[in-house]
Amino acid sequence: MTKAMTGARMVVQALKDQGVDVVFGYPGGAVLPIYDEIFQQNDIRHILVRHEQGAVHMAEGYARSTGKVGVALVTSGPGATNAVTGLTDALLDSIPIVVLSGQVPTFMIGTDGFQEADTVGITRPCTKMNWLVKDTAKLSGTIHEAFHVARSGRPGPVLVDIPKDVQFAQAEYTPMQRARTAHYQPRLKGDIEAITAMVEMLETAERPIFYTGGGVINSGVAASQLLREFVEATGFPITSTLMGLGAYPASGKSWLGMLGMHGLYEANLAMHGCDLMINVGARFDDRITGRLKDFSPNSRKVHIDIDPSSINKVIRVDVPIIGDVGHVLEDALRIWKARGRKVNKDGLAKWWKQIKEWQSVNCLDYKPSEKTIKPQYALQRLEALTKGMDRYVTTEVGQHQMWAAQFLGFEAPNRWMTSGGLGTMGYGLPASIGVQVAHPEALVINVAGEASWLMNMQEMGTAMQFRAPVKQFILNNERLGMVRQWQELLHGERYSHSWSESLPDFVKLAEAFGCKGLKVSDPRDLDDAIMEMIRYDGPVIFDCLVEKHENCFPMIPSGKPHNEMLLGEADTQGVIGAKGAVLV
Amino acid sequence: MKGQNVSALNIKRGSTSHSAYDLRDPNAEIIESHTLAVVVDNESGVLARVIGLFSGRGYNIESLTVAETDHARHLSRITVVTTGTPAVIEQIKAQLGRMVPVHEVHDLTVEGPSVQRELALFKVAGKGEARIEALRLAEIFRAHVVDSTLESFVFEMTGTPEKIDSFAELMRPLGLKEIARTGVAALSRGV
Repeated sequence: MTKAMTGARMVVQALKDQGVDVVFGYPGGAVLPIYDEIFQQNDIRHILVRHEQGAVHMAEGYARSTGKVGVALVTSGPGATNAVTGLTDALLDSIPIVVLSGQVPTFMIGTDGFQEADTVGITRPCTKMNWLVKDTAKLSGTIHEAFHVARSGRPGPVLVDIPKDVQFAQAEYTPMQRARTAHYQPRLKGDIEAITAMVEMLETAERPIFYTGGGVINSGVAASQLLREFVEATGFPITSTLMGLGAYPASGKSWLGMLGMHGLYEANLAMHGCDLMINVGARFDDRITGRLKDFSPNSRKVHIDIDPSSINKVIRVDVPIIGDVGHVLEDALRIWKARGRKVNKDGLAKWWKQIKEWQSVNCLDYKPSEKTIKPQYALQRLEALTKGMDRYVTTEVGQHQMWAAQFLGFEAPNRWMTSGGLGTMGYGLPASIGVQVAHPEALVINVAGEASWLMNMQEMGTAMQFRAPVKQFILNNERLGMVRQWQELLHGERYSHSWSESLPDFVKLAEAFGCKGLKVSDPRDLDDAIMEMIRYDGPVIFDCLVEKHENCFPMIPSGKPHNEMLLGEADTQGVIGAKGAVLV
Repeated sequence: MKGQNVSALNIKRGSTSHSAYDLRDPNAEIIESHTLAVVVDNESGVLARVIGLFSGRGYNIESLTVAETDHARHLSRITVVTTGTPAVIEQIKAQLGRMVPVHEVHDLTVEGPSVQRELALFKVAGKGEARIEALRLAEIFRAHVVDSTLESFVFEMTGTPEKIDSFAELMRPLGLKEIARTGVAALSRGV
């Protein structure tokens, strides 16, 4: 029998029991009792954000870089509605976060009370699960259940809505062990017969490829280790989605680079030409597949995924394996070894010969310039000067994000945080703060475009207040670069509202926040400026003025298959038909 | 070039959503109607979550019935009739199955024979010959009179949705004013 306590105290106790050490939040009327409890303890650190969207992205950055559940605390009404974008972002990228929101007291619900919103109604489609707790006796049990749901199976965001009177009332605390979790226990082990079928296929395949995704990262560090062992032992080429970068090291000899719309030529052509595709924790997203009808037409496909609804959703596969990536790879390796570690050596040798030819195209090549900084060059220098450091990278969304994925190499999982599924501009800056809070000594860089960065720039205040020395590496082309690129290719070069006018002076802005501002426009000054950014003990806003009209290549135009990639400007004339134009 | 064709048929139970559905042509474009029984936690918001899945992902709902069926275990049963291509129906089941408050999903259309029943109330107003004819037809359809005035009847009838449709057609020229239907409840036959 535990003693009775208030709902507010329960919240803090439950967070402690769940091992939470930091909460990102913003106070308001409906969460004041919880803030009062936070005030009276020292175990949980509270990071005061400047906008609730920032809080949720920070929780995401924290979660993606640690593998733990991130936590955000917001008030009712606008506090909760501001959290919606972050929740949706976490849902699409399968990031485990728990958002606690205040609500008007139970007796006021439905009266259009001040700062009342139907939070569980609004957030239902953008959470894995959510709860409105109307009884203090159920509060701590629900919070424990929420953590269990967020981190189990395919991870995702959950929300617990807590009316103010429930925070004040007293009840008995339900410890973690007594919380309801038995009803949600997704299967981790894959079907052995299906795994054996996959092993049989990979023993004879002539042109196999591993296509890996965020599921490997979510499965944990051990899954990445198993993947590496599997790839090394078989000698199969491997490519990854945006979400899965780092699971296999970029320096690994079997690495083909990222695939997809702005993926590498060799990765996409290998996907198109393979005879066996082993999808490990990816979901055949439309950025990956291009035209479905012509997606990898001659391959047999294996799909390992913990979420049964991912199987056959867009691409019909031959061998579906439902289970956790780590568990399935472990079984697959064991079975493959027991059967004598067979691969089709002749076939593989020919396959690699073909891949080397594709690699020799050097698809990331760009026209260098001595006068202006090419965005690709900026990232190459950033990579060269920070490689080997204890480095974490977040990004905003757009061209810079794709260039970062192409030009930065990740050697370990959980080092790369980017908004993949939802494509949330404004994600990177708050996410970088969340990462830095989790890894205070590390070098955390947000690769940004100036337009995305402005969307949540208020969080520089948070970075200053909590001494998070995040480096904001802004590739400033004074354009909404990706929008501009599409308008050039699709809309007759009519650049409707895709330029950034009246931009702030980023150096002065940095000074206004009290941090360091750097501005570079000459390629010759770039290295020194990057080093100055790294060495500065505090947040930096790095305004890197880059070529304004650079397009991001390679590119698979919408509605086209993998083997119809554009490699450069010369390829772009009239390539996207009317059907492709309706796609995003 | 083309590898050995491993079809979904050869995949063993447990490795996929594995229903009899995998025996069909996955690429078929035929629209089929399926009756799904979904056992869920009887908690506020769960019905909205299930319905939201259908509207959010563009699936159809032809009929929907929900009530608590296990008070002790706090469970409700949702019976939903939906339409779609085989691939869409598979996807609906998988999406339902992965929801946290969903305990079981049964596709009564493919899991063997099932009984489907719906209850409907019909208000028919009329006088003279039409009134007598309505009563006579009601008898043939085994509909009960549950309310009666000098100008109207309310008939109660249970049956398949098709039976209710045909009764409604017959009543229309005889003064049908209103219909209330419960939607389909369904159970598999046998044990």
